[in-house]
Formats: sequence, C-alpha cells, structure tokens
Amino acid sequence: MSDAHTPDPTGHELVPVEPIADPGLPEHQWRPTDVDPAKEKRAERQVATLFGLSAVCVVLFLVAYFTLDIGDNWHVVFGFGASTMALGFTLGLALLLIGVGIIHWARKLMGDHEISELRHPARSSDEDREGTLQALSAGLEESGIGRRPLIRNSLLGAVGLLGLPAVVMLRDLGPLPGDKLYHTIWGKGLKDKPMRIVRDEIWTPILASDLEIGDLVNCQPDALKNPERYDIDPTEVEGVNLQIHKSKASLILLRMNPGDIKPGKDAEGKSRENWTVDGIVAYSKICTHVGCPISLNERTTHHLLCPCHQSTFDLADSGKVVFGPAGRPLPQLPIAVDEQGYLVAQSDFDEPVGPSFWERDYYDRW
Amino acid sequence: MRLLNRSAGRLSRHRRGPVAGLVVLLLGLLLTGGLYAAFAPAQADSKADQEELVKQGRELFLVGCAFCHGANGQGVLTQGGSQYGPALTDVGEAAVDFQVGTGRMPMAQPGTQVPRKEVVYTKDEIAALSAYVGSLGTGPAIPDAELYDSERPGDLNGDGKEDDQDREILVTRGGQIFLANCTACHNFEGSGGAMPRGGFAPKIRGVDSKHIYEAMLTGPQSMDTFSDGNIPPEDKKAVIAYLETLDKAPSYSGFTLGSLGPVSEGIIAWVGGIGLLVGFAVWIAAHTTRSSKKKDEAAA
Amino acid sequence: MTVGDMSQVATTNGTTPAPTKGAQRAGAIANWADERLGLGTAMKKNLRKVFPDHWSFMLGEIALWSFVVLLLTGVFLTLWFDPSMTEVHYNGSYDPARGREMSSAFASTMEISFDVRGGLLMRQMHHWAAMIFIASMMIHMMRVYFTGAFRKPRELNWVIGCLLLLLGTIEGFTGYSLPDDLLSGTGVRAADGFMKASPVVGSYMSFFLFGGEFPGDAIIPRFYVMHILLIPGILLGLVAAHMLLLVYHKHTQWPGPGRTEENVVGYPMLPVYMAKAGGFFFIVFGVITLLGGLFSINAVWKYGPYDPSKVTAGSQPDWYMGWPDGLLRIIPAWETHIFGITLSWNVMIPILVMPPLMLMILIALPFIESWITGDKREHHLLQRPRNAPTRTAIMVALMTFYGLSWAAGGNDIIAIKLHLSINQITYFMRGAVFIGPVIAFIITRRWCISLQRHDEEKLLHGYESGVLVRSPEGGYAEKHLPLPEAKAYTLTARDRDPEPETVEEIEASGLAGRQVRVRKLRAKLQALFYADNVQKPTAEELHDAQHHAEHELHELESQIAAGPNRHGPTEH
Repeated sequence: MSDAHTPDPTGHELVPVEPIADPGLPEHQWRPTDVDPAKEKRAERQVATLFGLSAVCVVLFLVAYFTLDIGDNWHVVFGFGASTMALGFTLGLALLLIGVGIIHWARKLMGDHEISELRHPARSSDEDREGTLQALSAGLEESGIGRRPLIRNSLLGAVGLLGLPAVVMLRDLGPLPGDKLYHTIWGKGLKDKPMRIVRDEIWTPILASDLEIGDLVNCQPDALKNPERYDIDPTEVEGVNLQIHKSKASLILLRMNPGDIKPGKDAEGKSRENWTVDGIVAYSKICTHVGCPISLNERTTHHLLCPCHQSTFDLADSGKVVFGPAGRPLPQLPIAVDEQGYLVAQSDFDEPVGPSFWERDYYDRW
Repeated sequence: MRLLNRSAGRLSRHRRGPVAGLVVLLLGLLLTGGLYAAFAPAQADSKADQEELVKQGRELFLVGCAFCHGANGQGVLTQGGSQYGPALTDVGEAAVDFQVGTGRMPMAQPGTQVPRKEVVYTKDEIAALSAYVGSLGTGPAIPDAELYDSERPGDLNGDGKEDDQDREILVTRGGQIFLANCTACHNFEGSGGAMPRGGFAPKIRGVDSKHIYEAMLTGPQSMDTFSDGNIPPEDKKAVIAYLETLDKAPSYSGFTLGSLGPVSEGIIAWVGGIGLLVGFAVWIAAHTTRSSKKKDEAAA
Repeated sequence: MTVGDMSQVATTNGTTPAPTKGAQRAGAIANWADERLGLGTAMKKNLRKVFPDHWSFMLGEIALWSFVVLLLTGVFLTLWFDPSMTEVHYNGSYDPARGREMSSAFASTMEISFDVRGGLLMRQMHHWAAMIFIASMMIHMMRVYFTGAFRKPRELNWVIGCLLLLLGTIEGFTGYSLPDDLLSGTGVRAADGFMKASPVVGSYMSFFLFGGEFPGDAIIPRFYVMHILLIPGILLGLVAAHMLLLVYHKHTQWPGPGRTEENVVGYPMLPVYMAKAGGFFFIVFGVITLLGGLFSINAVWKYGPYDPSKVTAGSQPDWYMGWPDGLLRIIPAWETHIFGITLSWNVMIPILVMPPLMLMILIALPFIESWITGDKREHHLLQRPRNAPTRTAIMVALMTFYGLSWAAGGNDIIAIKLHLSINQITYFMRGAVFIGPVIAFIITRRWCISLQRHDEEKLLHGYESGVLVRSPEGGYAEKHLPLPEAKAYTLTARDRDPEPETVEEIEASGLAGRQVRVRKLRAKLQALFYADNVQKPTAEELHDAQHHAEHELHELESQIAAGPNRHGPTEH
C-alpha cells in the first residue's frame, strides 16, 4: 500500500505502518485442462461443438427465413408469429453459442497466467511539461497576442458575433405563434350555421335527444369533414391541418342529471348557466397540464381522469381540478341546438385550450 | 401485398340506384311477412312463459338480491343517505344479464368496485332474474344475437354479398371507434387501466361479445354508457368485431407481457436483459477450477 | 526517412524465420502495413496490455456492445423507414389497419413489421438494445461510483460518462418518437407541453421545434436527423474518448496480494481479454436477439397511428424517462398567474429543473468529494462500498429518490396490479420522495459502518469456523480461526481516513476572513464525511489480538482434550 510511505494529504500526521505486509502475487495454480491432456481434449471438443451448433443455428435461421411466411399469411406456432420468433431464436442462439464458445475457450484453454504491468502517473514528466510550456510561450510571444490587445479583442468580438448567424438562421424553423394558440376551429361556425358537434370517427351530428343520462361522447367539430358547410377551404382540414385542429378542438360531451351541474362563471364573470343543453355539457378533451387527450370519466362522480399524469377534473363543477398536477380547470365549450335539433357550439372556447404557456393570460389582446 | 377492394363512394351509389331501391323494398316486405308468420302464433304462449319467468325471477331476486337492492328493486339507502345497493327499477334486462352473467353480482364483499368472478347463477336463472328486473321499469333489453354477431357484418362495401371483405371493413372501422372511445380507460389492447380512487377499467379481452355489447349499452358501475344514440348498434358491432380480431390474431411479436405498455417492457429489460447479462459477466470473470497438480508433475 | 532506413526495416522483418506458408503471408501483410502505418510501435505497447478481471468491470462493456447492436440494427431499419409525416392510406398486410390514414413514418414502420422478413425482429432488437444500453450505462455508473473509481485521475472520464448517459437518454426519446404511433405521439405531445411551459420563450420554442403548431409535419424528420446523425455522432466521439482515457489510465483493480497502486494485475489483451470481450459481444448480441425474437416491445399496430384526439390507458414513456414522468405525476397543481404571465411550476419543476439538476449533481460528485476530503492523490485501487460509508450512502439516497420517482411514473400500473388507489399512491409518493432518501442515507451509512466493524472483528479475532465447543461449565462457544494471510491482507489494504483539521489549527494558520470560513466548513464536512468510520487496525493491535486469539485457541484445545465430562486443566 502506498499510504505506508506517503504522508496524509494535510501533511500533519504520519500514517502508521501497514498492519500486514503485502504477501505478493500468489503462486500460479494450474487448471485441470493445463495438466490433464484428456480434459484439455474434452474442453477443445466442447468449444468446437459450441461453434458447430452455432453454425447449425445459422442454417436453421436461413431455413426459417425462406420458409416461414409473413405479410398476409403469417405462419403461426402456438399462437405466435412464427417468423419473428424462429428468426430471433435461431439467430440469438447462433450468436450466443459463438460467445459462450469463445469464453469457454478463454477460460479453459488460453494461457491464464496473470501478469503485472506497471502504471505511470497520468501527468506528463517534468521535462515534457517544461518543453510544452516553453513552446506555448514562444508561440504566444511570436503571435504577439498578449502585446496587441486591439487585435485580440477585435478578433474575439468578431468570432463571438459569428454566433449570431448560427442562431438567427434557425429563425425559419417555424412561424411565430401569433394568436394560433388562442383559437380553435369551433370559432369558425357561421351565424346561421353554428358549428355542429359530431361523433369522433363516426362523423354524424348529434341530436340532444339521442343521448341518455350517463352517455359520454367523444366529439369533433363538423368542419373537419364538412368544411364547405362553414365556408372553410377544404385544404384547411387536410393532412397536417387536420391533426392541428384535432389537437385543439377535440371535445367530450357528457349528459348528466341537470340537477348535478353547478354552473360556473365564464371569463367575463357571467354565469355559464346557458352553456348546457338539458344536462349535456361539453369540455375540451385536452388536458391543461401537458396536453394529453382525456376521456376517462367516472359516470357516477363525473370525475374525468388523465391517463398520462392523473389530473382529475370535476365535469359537474366547471371542470375544476380535484386531484393531480393540472393547474387549471378544463375549458368548457358553450353549446346549444340548431334549428334541426343538432348540438352545436355557441362560440369558440373563451380561453386557450391545452397546456399553459407564458403569455397565455394575454388572451384579451387577441 | 394485396390491394383493398373498397371505396367509400360505392355504398351510396348502389343505394341510389333505382333497381336497388325496389329490391330493398321487396326484400323488406318479404322479411317482415316471413317474420310475422314465424312468430305471431307463438306469441300467446310466450306471454305466459314470460310471466312465469318473471315470477321465477322474483323468487330468485328475493333470496339473492333483495338484501341490498330492496324487495322491489327500489334500492337501499344507508343511514348516512348514500346508496347501499342502487335502485334497479330502470336498469333494464341487459344490465342484469351483464352483472350476473359476468359474475360481478351477487357481490362477495363491499368494495370500491366489483370485480369479475365466477358466475353463480345458471343461464336459466339469469334469464329469469333479467326478466324480473326488466319488468320493474324501463331500460335496455338483452340485445339480439344479430346485433353483436361480427360474422354478419352486412354488405358494407355494397357489392351485393356479405363476405370477408365486409368483415374487414367492419374490423377496421371498429378499431378506429375503439381507439376513439375505449382505449383511454381500457388500454390499447383492452388490458384495462386504473381509474380514480382505487377504481379500475377491467380487462375486456376474452369477454363474451354479448357482455361487451351490454356493457356499452348499460355502463356498468362507473363506466359511461354508450347508448344507441351515442354509438349506433352497427358501430358497437364493429368494436366487437375488432376485439374478436385481436383475440384471434397471433402474437406477431412474441410474448406480450400482459400488454401493459412500457412498464412491463422496462421490467423485462432490467430483469431479463440486464439480469441475464450480469449473470454472464459473473461467469466470464469467475475463477475456473484449479488443479493441485503441477504441470511438470502431470507430464511426468 | 532515408532510403537506408527503409531498407533496414525491410531487412529486419525479412530475416525473421517463417515456419509455415500462412505465417509467411501474414508476416508479409504485417510488414506491408507497418511500413505504411508504423503499427508495430503502437501495438507493441497494447497487445499485451493488462486488464484486471472482475465481473463488475464488464458492465460498461454491456453498454458498449449494445451500442454496437444499436448501430447495426439501426442501419437495417433505415433501409425501409421513411421519416415523413405525409398522410398516406395504409395498404400493407395488417388487415385491421387497411385503408386507414396515417403518416408515412407509421406506414413504413408497419411495413418493416409486417412485410419485411426479420423486420419486426430487428425493430424489437433495436428497441430492446436501447433499453439495455441505457440501463447498462447506469449500472456501470453505479459500479464506478460505489467503488471510488471516479477519483483522480478519472474525474473527466466520469464527466464523459454522465454526458453519455444524457445523450443516450435523448437518443432514446427521439427514437421512441419516430414510429409516430399513438403512444409515442402522446409522448411527443407531452414534450410539447414541457416546452410551452418554459418561461418567456415556451410557445416560440414549441413553434420552432414543430415547424408551426403541434403536431405539424416537421417533428419526425427533425427527430430522425437527430436520432441517426447528430446524437450518434457525438455519442461515438464521446465513447471513443471514454475508451482512450480508459486505455491511458489503465483499468482500476481491486486490492489484493501483489496488487498495488503502482501496478495493474490481470490478463493480457491478447489473447485472453480480447477473447473475453469479443465473446461477451456475441453474448450481448445474442441475448438482445433472443429478447427481440421472444418478447414483444412497442407493438405499434395495436396502438395505431398517432391521432391527437386519442389516448390509451397506461400511457408511459420508456423506462429511462420514467422518473421525471413520475415527478410530473406527483407534483401538486402549482401554477402561478401573475402580471398576466403564467408560471407552470407543475411542469417546470419536474421536467425543466429536476433532470438537469440531477445531471449536475452527478457530474459534480467527484469534485465535491475530493474537495471535502482534500484528497488529491491518484487512486487506482478500488474501495469497497462499505469503506466509504458516506459516499455509498449519498448514492443510495440518490438512487432511492430516483427509484421512488420512477415507481411514481408507473403509479397507474401499480394501482391495477396491486389493487391500490392511484390517489393514495400519489399522496404517499409526495412524502416518500423526500423522506425515503433520508432514511436510505442513514440506514446505508450505519450498515456500511457495521460491515466495517464486522471486517475488523474478522481481522482481529479470526473467522467463525462453525465448530462449537462446550466448556466444562456447560457454556457453548464458537471456535474462531485466523484468516488466511492473503485474505487478511486484502482486508487491510485500504487507506486510513485522515484526521480533519481542528478549529485551532485553522485559526493558527494565520489566514483570515472568507478563507478561514471555507476551511472551517471543509473541516466540518470532512468530519461528517468520515464520522464513525472504523479504521483498519494498526500492526500493534493486530499483533495483540492474534496473540490473545492464540492463547484462547490453546485453552479451548486443552479443554477439548480433557473431554466433555471431565474438568479441564484451566481454573475458571
């Protein structure tokens, strides 16, 4: 041990002598395979067998690859897709057997004398350091960087400014947010044709009388399938735009006992009494925490749970947060019925939907 | 790869055709007439049967259910005013068929949520109980088999036949409706999920199609209802068809670890992957057996 | 180089006798290469380079080899994967999805899974390898920390390791997002929420990353470039630096007979170490392949393509993102609305503060410890975790925090599997993440010290032989035998903890003001760091104890000789 000789770092106490002296490396002991030729032969055969089995596995892999069908007609074995399993099993074994064979070879047959190598300190030798320092100072001296601060500083400034193009050029990664986060397509309803609420994936409008107490409907705005009806350009609701609209406009509709609803206040402090139709309430499906879509509702309590981080909202009480990390109630959509009796949105949400962002409360500005 | 032979337009084109309309009308008339002929004479008998069934059901109800739900299914309130057993006056036959048919009722012990367990009543007893509770008020009836028989998708692509292609369309549509309405609680593969305060959305794989249909219709326990006005019957059938397809499909990717998503995958990576590899590392670095013999001794 | 030099090199090599024709050819190739690359000098040093053998030294190798598997399988996947968010109608083999609209990214993932033979295997291998890659980096890091291998001169390699862990995690997250399925899309959506919660620039960052409003059509191609080019490039560079430093420093070793701070004892690179490392590569590759073939991971066809209106129960990230996700679940609903601005503490603390803080703590650990202990020596001999109780306890406390947060990330699965309430789990975790680490720290520290005491017992009084002896009075005692010399030496082969400076010493040093305060703080921390540690016995103590033990042994033996029913010669 080195600390037998070196003083303690603070240098004010000498460490006592080692209690036991280093006995040195023990004498090498031979393995059975080193001293017994029969065992050596056996180990050799074992290693070769492992490699041989690996080769067999590779052949089986090829057989599986060319015989087992995937695509329209998967071969099935014990309820599993045969191809994936057979390929994985044969290739995995082939690799594993090579590995095990090599290790077995190393453990049993390769020389196993432990040898000792001296270490060197990580630092360079004093001469090297000296030489490097000299070279450095000579170089610096010759460049004159220390003597000419004007050059040095102007260079540093100029190179530093080069960071700006690098940052500025990222500007066109995307457009500025503008007022996009404040609006959804629900606001695109027309005066004589308010935006209908339609069933998600079924795309049919909903009569208030269709729903029974206890029904929960996952909904979308009608404009996503019938843009013309609302004078919206069809390209507005295709591809990316469709996904963007869905990410903000997804809605859940819940019919409960009208007596259970405690109407809250809207953004201007007016009662939300007339935001519902016969006990039917509509809320944004997008969680106000980080934006997961939520529709895990408990019919008996009207509590809506987010599957991502378990924020729970009370849909009978203005979407108030009753549990979990979300900081704000779920935005409610004021609904009504049109002349044919279909459920429609009275207007857009009166606040941005989804997760919070820094300038969110500047809503009035837009 | 095979191209899919369907287009959204075709269905409506056929329906609009004048001949098709006539055919539908004739078929409809024939069917109605035939059905009437088949069932009308039996109606008197079935009415008497029905009354007998309700009577049987009432007897069973008084023994097995009345303690919590009240002698007339009016429900029992605790002293604190909360529900001991809810009123069953308007739950309908379907609710009883589901609750008793999946073993959830009768309840073994009170709890946040009643789990599925072994069915206590026989098929006939369940029918009698359903009939009795159904007779107490309104509520959905037990669905006809035709409503959830996914082998009868109807002629969805409008080629005049009801075949595998139609079933494929039904399954695809069912998958989309399933993902929109069901996966949030029941998970992407119907493995179930957690709900607030110890509640849970149960596993819905390997469940009778009839029970799935009834669950959507009646909203057992805390589940929302998906009445026919919410999700039309043909779309309920689509969901059932999708679930049946999931049940029948081979596990293309190997053992599914309960299909619970990344949590079970993480456990496998740590226990199976890292555990096994550390085991190999221990073997690689372990000392091999030693012989007491010296090399030259052995040679000699 | 002159012509004369060259001819000399050639002559030297040429005169080496060649026993077989094959060797002759090999020699010729070696000669050809050496004349151009000068490999001889570099290889002479390294071919027989010594690597010590211990299972825990191979944990980093798991990471290295799974990284290689990731590169191989990843290249295979790029041949089919189309990183585009253009909407297409699926037309492949998986019936229930046929005709559905989805992004090209998802459709090509489906193609790899269902229409490319072995494609599903490769996808699953890639994913399993990623999980194992990060897991093995972590256990490797634990090994390095618990054994003190991060001490001088290896602090920089520790920092590189921390960066590798960070990059591996980002690489994992970007890869997880690429298939554009419902689960990964939900993850990306959460990431959008994290970005929007950033102070001042949140919504701008989100719009820039997504090329507009979420989800946009830019995120998959952008993640793809990061995932297959940018991050793997940096990873490769850092892995190379990590390995070069390992070779330069030479591997640490456990203390033992003949193993000192000045040497390294083990097997030479060629052949044993090379065989073991190479063999282990095949084993890691094989195990990952078996996992890929036998166990399902991320069955995208069941999740379906991403749709911002859909979600599945049990939406979780991959395991390595689980702990910040857990914090995100247990944080209370803290959000401040003030002066028209919104501060989402409920997102910022778990995501924007905690993970970077944890990384900084990890990076700083070696520097903090060496500052407290004042130890500036080089260390090549490892320490057993018990011989640095405070250090061990610090890491166990951090691991406890990590583990509890991690478990909180699976609170919904825990709830359904153990029939608990997610609400109660969440309330419990809110307290446990604070109390758990403290309890873990105290228990670990005391545990380590007890183990040190146990070691001391063994050194001084020998090991328990398992032989019970009945004394004439009817009492029973276990016979203790002295440890073999090698074992006893190994137990004593550790440093004595230094005595911290006393207040008087600091005051007497003539320093003033801030410097004194810093010295005092350091002395106090040092005292806490070493408090209650058991030091190894001195030569004198050991001698006395052995003398005493021999005496006792002698007594016992004479009692045994006297027989069970007779009184021995000793007077009690």
